[in-house]
Amino acid sequence: MALSRLSSRSNIISRPLSAAFRRSISTDTTPITIETSLPFTAHLCDPPSRSVESSTQELLSFFRTMALMRRMEIAADSLYKAKLIRGFCHLYDGQEAVAIGMEAAITKKDAIITAYRDHCIFLGRGGSLYEVFAELMGRQDGCSRGKGGSMHFYKKDSSFYGGHGIVGAQVPLGCGIAFAQKYSKEEAVTFAMYGDGAANQGQLFEALNISALWDLPSILVCENNHYGMGTAEWRAAKSPSYYKRGDYVPGLKVDGMDAFAVKQACKFAKEHALKNGPIILEMDTYRYHGHSMSDPGSTYRTRDEISGVRQERDPIERIKKLVLSHDLATEKELKDMEKEIRKEVDDAIAKAKDCPMPEPSELFTNVYVKGFGTESFGADRKEVKAALP
Amino acid sequence: MASLLGRFCRKLVVPGSAHGSRMISTTACDSEAVKSLNLYSAINQALHIALETDPRSYVFGEDVGFGGVFRCTTGLAERFGKNRVFNTPLCEQGIVGFGIGLAAMGNRAVVEIQFADYIYPAFDQVKRVFPTLEFDFSTAEFLIRGFNSQIVNEAAKFRYRSGNQFNCGGLTIRAPYGAVGHGGHYHSQSPEAFFCHVPGIKVVIPRSPREAKGLLLSSIRDPNPVVFFEPKWLYRQAVEEVPEHDYMIPLSQAEVIREGNDITLVGWGAQLTVMEQACLDAEKEGISCELIDLKTLLPWDKETVEASVKKTGRLLISHEAPVTGGFGAEISATILERCFLKLEAPVSRVCGLDTPFPLVFEPFYMPTKNKILDAIKSTVNY
Repeated sequence: MALSRLSSRSNIISRPLSAAFRRSISTDTTPITIETSLPFTAHLCDPPSRSVESSTQELLSFFRTMALMRRMEIAADSLYKAKLIRGFCHLYDGQEAVAIGMEAAITKKDAIITAYRDHCIFLGRGGSLYEVFAELMGRQDGCSRGKGGSMHFYKKDSSFYGGHGIVGAQVPLGCGIAFAQKYSKEEAVTFAMYGDGAANQGQLFEALNISALWDLPSILVCENNHYGMGTAEWRAAKSPSYYKRGDYVPGLKVDGMDAFAVKQACKFAKEHALKNGPIILEMDTYRYHGHSMSDPGSTYRTRDEISGVRQERDPIERIKKLVLSHDLATEKELKDMEKEIRKEVDDAIAKAKDCPMPEPSELFTNVYVKGFGTESFGADRKEVKAALP
Repeated sequence: MASLLGRFCRKLVVPGSAHGSRMISTTACDSEAVKSLNLYSAINQALHIALETDPRSYVFGEDVGFGGVFRCTTGLAERFGKNRVFNTPLCEQGIVGFGIGLAAMGNRAVVEIQFADYIYPAFDQVKRVFPTLEFDFSTAEFLIRGFNSQIVNEAAKFRYRSGNQFNCGGLTIRAPYGAVGHGGHYHSQSPEAFFCHVPGIKVVIPRSPREAKGLLLSSIRDPNPVVFFEPKWLYRQAVEEVPEHDYMIPLSQAEVIREGNDITLVGWGAQLTVMEQACLDAEKEGISCELIDLKTLLPWDKETVEASVKKTGRLLISHEAPVTGGFGAEISATILERCFLKLEAPVSRVCGLDTPFPLVFEPFYMPTKNKILDAIKSTVNY
């Protein structure tokens, strides 16, 4: 890797001397300290420092994974328009920093539960592209065996609890998972993610009250992309300071487009939750696509706004600038990486397209553990019980 | 499909057609102005008329201000103002409860739940009070959210438990329900059975634009709380000549939309179009089917169905909701009580399967024309 870099560099003479001794991308763990773009705003707690400990390896892996996520979502867009993905498809592009920053701060024992915009979170938890595309297209090798679809991705071995279609319903579930973690003394936490629209659901406050009462290690993460479907936050919420909504529960407002800020906040939140109980994180983020594929995304916000965010605050651009300024890779290398990623995504899609649909008998499986849920009507009008495996 | 739908809808307008369908006597006579409208436009018209005729009526729900996700509320905010037509935050339970309160003060509230799948949080409230509040719940799925506390416990029982001091008869909850081909688990549910189990509320389901307008106006003006399910699949697909004036179709009156002698078919909403196709196919095989649109599920018109079954001796019920505990079970049990000796065959139910509403398996899950046809034949040949 290092050799190819040296040979491909055209202007080696003009580069600073230190760069000539740059080590290879994959093994470098030189620590780097990165300043977050904005300070944290805190409610009932002391905000963490703006200096984030990272490494060159982490920086590059952030870039790579976020570019992968971005590419995956855009490919999903095209697949949906080609009618290979049916039903609903809620895309996460623009919000990648939240997924990646969170993963960097936690382990696979910590649980994550989110709403329907879950493709990238699943990928961050260790899911493969093939599983993602297979599930989106309803094929049997999908992560939920093709029975869940876009909104219902799960990964048990990485403590990823999905993937929920009903807005806000996942938050009390998340607090329940946190209870189980505390009960089993696992030293793990749960991140229950929801959006600014869901923040007005009553069940959130019920869950918060219980978590605070029993000191559960639950972290409520509000991914505030400022629009609940088509409704702007100021039209839906009296107090759009979602990090303060916990009242007696501390909160932190984070720039959700800065992966390092997210990482710092999640690390801070994990430490807090294990000692003191629940905390709310508000990630100030943005989605480029509309709410779902049936929403053009431009009827309730201007194109200028969208392109403005893309220019000023795009999470991948930010990481790219950091990579370039720390001389960890050249522009060309990053472009090559992106090409590689594109190919990876295309290969995964091609493989997923070849995967068959689930067997018709799968319609009846997993309704109950065994037995019921299999009646259907045959030509003789009598009830037919399908034989369950 | 669209042409069959068109035929199905237009048939109601032409008197004395070859299929023997009956004209609805409460709707316009030929000299009145009619317009070709689809379902969401007809509902929109009904809402316009409702708000026009009653200055104390309100329409609210998620995203209704700009017209709603299915365009049912277009033009209302512009015409009647933001004080009467407004958006609510994302909280079905709060929305229904709010509407119940508004209705208890003597107003008409039309509440929209965005998808019937979301009605369950409001369910509890609906049960409690259900005054004449018209909630515009966009989807029956989301209605399930409202289901949990408001509808069942608050709306339905307010009048009863207050000894008629209070009521929420001015409440109407509107929700799109039903399969749409790609809705998956949470945008395709048919929760009507849950609500039919709650005395104190009414459940109304129209089958076409013309019906929808008249039934919605009746529901809004009915002095009882009403849950009004709209078949979302028909929002754009169904087009019919709809009279432009203010008219109401009576609740709790079923309609025989196709006369026959061999078997009675009962259904509601979008499922009727599928049953209609099955009837046509059955006719080719010499089976004459009588098709009844129940329209109001609670309280339902037992007499019409009973009279029909006494004539034909056979009954088949079809709905999209899962068969176990579906409303077909209630119809079957009641008809059995009333017509036992007249029945030639067991009552047949062709319904959705007892699984969660599936994603890719939707075509297998649905009660399709062929399943209904098979059931018709085996019932007739019992």
